[in-house]
Amino acid sequence: MTQHGGTSPKLALSESKGEERIGVYVCHCGTNIAGVVDVQEVAEWAAAQLEHRGVVIGREYKFMCSSLGQELIEKDIKELELTRVVVAACSPHLHEHTFRTACKNAGLNPYLCELVSIREQVSWVHTDKAAATAKAKAVVSGGVERVIRHAPLEPLRVPIHPDTLVVGGGIAGIQSALEIADAGYHVYLVEREPSIGGHMAQFDKTFPTLDCSACILTPKMVQVGTHPNVTLLTWSEVEKVDGFVGNFTVTVRKKARKVIEDLCTGCGICQEKCPKKVIDDVYEAGLGYRKAVYTPFPQAVPKYPVMDVENCTYFEKGTCKACEKFCPTNAIDFKQQDEILTLQVGNIVLATGYDLFDARRVTNYGYGRLPNVFTSLEFERLSNAAGPTNGNIVLRDGKTTPKAVGIVHCVGSRDRNFNNYCSVICCMQGLKFAHLVHERTGAIVYNFYIDMRTAYKAYDEFYQRVLEEGTLFVRGKVAEITDVPRRPDEDGHLIVQVEDTLAGKQRRIPVDMVILSTGLQPRYDAKETAKRFGLSCSSDGWFIEKHPKLDPISTMTEGIYIAGCVQGPKDIPSSVAQGAAAAARVLGKIQQKEISIEPVRASVNQDQCSGCRICNNLCPYNAISFDEDRGVSLVNAALCQGCGTCVAACPAGAISGTAFSNDQILSQIEGLLLLNIDEPVTA
Amino acid sequence: MQTLDQERTSAPPKQIEDLSLLGEVSHRTAGVSRLEMCIQCGCCGGSCPSEADMDHTPRMLFAMLRAGMRHAALMSNTPWICVSCYHCVVRCPQNVHIADVMYTLKSMAIEAKLYQDSTAPDFSQTFVDMVEEFGRSFELGLATRHYLKHFPLRLPNMAPMGIGMLSKQRMNITPTRIKGIAQLKAVLKRAKEVEAAS
Amino acid sequence: MNKYILYPGCSMESSARAYYDSLKAITDIIGLNLQEIEDWNCCGATEYLGIKLTPAYALISRNLALAAQQADGTRTVVAPCSACYLNLAKADYYMQEQPVLGQHVNEALAAGGLSYKPGSLDIRHLLDVLVYDVGLDTIKSKVVRPLTGLRVAPYLGCMVPRPDYEHRWSDYEYPVELDRLLNALGADVIEFPLKTECCGGHMTQISPDTAFELIRRLVSAADEHQADLMATLCPMCQMNLDAYQSETNKFFHTSYRMPVIFFTQLMGLAFGLEAKDLGFGLELVSARNALAKIGIEHPAEIPTGTARPKKDGSLPMPAPLPRRNMHTEKGKVVK
Repeated sequence: MTQHGGTSPKLALSESKGEERIGVYVCHCGTNIAGVVDVQEVAEWAAAQLEHRGVVIGREYKFMCSSLGQELIEKDIKELELTRVVVAACSPHLHEHTFRTACKNAGLNPYLCELVSIREQVSWVHTDKAAATAKAKAVVSGGVERVIRHAPLEPLRVPIHPDTLVVGGGIAGIQSALEIADAGYHVYLVEREPSIGGHMAQFDKTFPTLDCSACILTPKMVQVGTHPNVTLLTWSEVEKVDGFVGNFTVTVRKKARKVIEDLCTGCGICQEKCPKKVIDDVYEAGLGYRKAVYTPFPQAVPKYPVMDVENCTYFEKGTCKACEKFCPTNAIDFKQQDEILTLQVGNIVLATGYDLFDARRVTNYGYGRLPNVFTSLEFERLSNAAGPTNGNIVLRDGKTTPKAVGIVHCVGSRDRNFNNYCSVICCMQGLKFAHLVHERTGAIVYNFYIDMRTAYKAYDEFYQRVLEEGTLFVRGKVAEITDVPRRPDEDGHLIVQVEDTLAGKQRRIPVDMVILSTGLQPRYDAKETAKRFGLSCSSDGWFIEKHPKLDPISTMTEGIYIAGCVQGPKDIPSSVAQGAAAAARVLGKIQQKEISIEPVRASVNQDQCSGCRICNNLCPYNAISFDEDRGVSLVNAALCQGCGTCVAACPAGAISGTAFSNDQILSQIEGLLLLNIDEPVTA
Repeated sequence: MQTLDQERTSAPPKQIEDLSLLGEVSHRTAGVSRLEMCIQCGCCGGSCPSEADMDHTPRMLFAMLRAGMRHAALMSNTPWICVSCYHCVVRCPQNVHIADVMYTLKSMAIEAKLYQDSTAPDFSQTFVDMVEEFGRSFELGLATRHYLKHFPLRLPNMAPMGIGMLSKQRMNITPTRIKGIAQLKAVLKRAKEVEAAS
Repeated sequence: MNKYILYPGCSMESSARAYYDSLKAITDIIGLNLQEIEDWNCCGATEYLGIKLTPAYALISRNLALAAQQADGTRTVVAPCSACYLNLAKADYYMQEQPVLGQHVNEALAAGGLSYKPGSLDIRHLLDVLVYDVGLDTIKSKVVRPLTGLRVAPYLGCMVPRPDYEHRWSDYEYPVELDRLLNALGADVIEFPLKTECCGGHMTQISPDTAFELIRRLVSAADEHQADLMATLCPMCQMNLDAYQSETNKFFHTSYRMPVIFFTQLMGLAFGLEAKDLGFGLELVSARNALAKIGIEHPAEIPTGTARPKKDGSLPMPAPLPRRNMHTEKGKVVK
């Protein structure tokens, strides 16, 4: 036989007695498989024992996925006139596409190739070599029985609508929208708050370079707001998503602003005259006030205010209308109703961001009970020149400058009582706060940390800088913050009680202000959002990417991408990078004009369907609808991902899946049980 | 208070790296101790109300268990100073059963006869002896016996309190014995056999 | 009438007699039927656990076995003593978490003809049953002599709110159940920041200096908050803070006189019972002056939060966190 790169593929050739001519290819995957499974034995066994089922050749090779491995299969298809191929290697998630392409290149329909996993399901989960080898044989046997019953399939072609929906107007969503719009395609940017900008608009400075957050963000906000290719829908929420990649139909509720955008000039007189002050829990993080009719901040995009109906005196008591009286352009409309918009888009980018961990849950830190304990977002507002104190860092009395400040890391993060994960940004955030406090107040600053995590460019240098400035670092998870003194020097202070783990002793450090470097957590409604878009969340609540390393911005649903903190905690540079990456993927899809999608689909035999609708709600991709007239369920072929849930659930057996028919599955099981050969192998 | 340096001189050098120690402590602790999950954050040591009197913070003690410092760890007064307030337990970000580990370390120290001060082990033992004898605790007997042995000089100070407790009949002069004491003794005897066998 | 199995514990018959007397005095009024476990034994307090594991858990479990035998339609064991409550709860929980411990304990119990299936009883503290089963509405309805004007520092100590294996309480550090019960009695309840700090436990016996410092912290904080008395639910806490208060004073050259009273005694007072029937007078630091205040002062208003902007230019505080487990109007436990 031909020599391939120094390794001689072993051959066990035999004449086929079945109708099909099947090739079996067993991969070593280096030592990943071959370290546990005797691959040579499996290949030889398949050729000998499954000969009567049509196997004409069994080969093993070091890396089947390599070009040489693929060429080996292609050559056999041509020379041995193979009609079916079984590759025993890794999970189909990884290389199904590779081997199907190889078959296609050799002129065989790609769906006549079956990849069975003897790595994830055999070598990685077993240590007994003989038993693992026996199991690998059974898995191969199952694959052979299944592939015999495969039919050639052709991929479905669907057109791609060139418009895109971006959900979430924070920095990740803004970046995504701009990239796509600049490339010449239309974007709908939906944001549920009155203005785009997201959390970044609340910050004062950004680490590690201390750029003014507003200075670098607002130009991008303006660009999005004025871009001819962007339709900005703020104060709006996505209610429903139908369709599939290339052809989504999205229902958006545009909440009534009670302000007519065509007439409003954004002059701000309405909010000036509005008599009702409300604590601003969103933009000011509860630390400042806004009016009942308001734009959250001066650089808001768009400039139009919204009316907070729940707090408006007119809606409460039926009188007031001060805003209407003073509006110079008659733009106030108390009768304005929500609008429902229907958008057609080809792709969707979700950039819905994060919520701040609720620090009140850590009762021993006293947030909400001890006035001078602040959250990170509160401090951002406190240090922001446009914030409630004009950037003066003062205690909650609104006037006293602190002389000593403690910054507590890992609040709500890396803690099994709250969130188990690291929130990524808190260390750098804590260092930034230390710098700002030091610079603006000259106070003594303590940073309390468990581990200092300053990975990424120029971050550790920033840590060095803060060290140089004289911030005192204490390695220890703060145990409690109390205002009950034990010694006279603690009187009138907050006391941070902590073990200084490097000194090995408990310390009680009196300070005037404590800033909790509060962690990030998924949006409170992340699970509903995920369901609405047909995505899944991890147990923590972050959206799951298609591959954690190699495809972090795609999801298991084609045409829907994720960017920024919706996928997991991350800082601004990473969020921007993801926003741009998602845009690149969207543009790639748009420029294909049409795409082929997997033909592995479920279909309903309408004669057998009893109309019980059990399958309707089970479908994770919302692909099944009910035809009221005919009383049967229907599968939308483009939406269906071929997962097989409905096939298994249908009590009437009316649903079958292409490539997942009952015949195929039952035959595979028979193969696994070695019912197809006379003498079962023993382990 | 003992320092690590003093311990280094008093501990037999051979025992310094006993890597089975952590597993042994974990195994002997009730429930699932999760001791191996400790990330050394010090939340326990920071929470502890009696840390000032401890040789080592709980965190440091756990590091010593990891390092296999059997002698030094069992000699530490830390478990004996633990007041079982469970602040560290509910705050521990890794949900380590810290208070129960302290109980385990006490029982191991008693077994190995490793402690600097016998006050606490004696108190526990005296308490347990009385419970095993009567099925109930007997505060007067316990307090007198214990204070006489360990704090004789404090007794005069304590006398008014003791007299107060007695005159208000808040301490029984004689112990109460449960009816099923024979049954209890049989249960405890078997329990000790099971413990020895496991 | 709600029926429960009662595990009183050793202290209730000696040092904490006031607790038991007052409990017995109020049970009929609030419709609580407590049936004492026949021939229960000591739970081992915090001592046996540090000597030997299996015997310690066997000692505790004999009580669980007896209680299960006696259950008769109920599965709830009520313990008024916090150490007893924790030991019973702990044994039940760990024997489930680590089945081999349950097997060992049952081998031991078998020697006395007993057995216990872990998880077959609910172990609850008296306060839990009063607040969540009897209900604050019922308790409030029985109050005939509101404790108006009596400034009370609610003090729970450690072992009731922690480690709280079954998540029965509103918080580990700042539970509000005792506060709310005392509020229902009409008392002026202090926001007491050290309400679950340690009283010193057995340190009064083995390292008195350690204990005195812990006692000082609590008594001085209660004094700082101008409490007339501290209300507790733990015999050990009461004993340490009451009986060792004068030693602590001597040690630190202080002169605190802070009465420490069981919350059930205050319930009895509010229900109109005579102080002498509720174990008053058994405390070493007398509550006489505190009691003299009841009914004399005008009702103090409890300040409520406001969302209006503050005139003094100060910044608003966050709203309080909705507590987990807080009971419904009917006083049911929300799990």
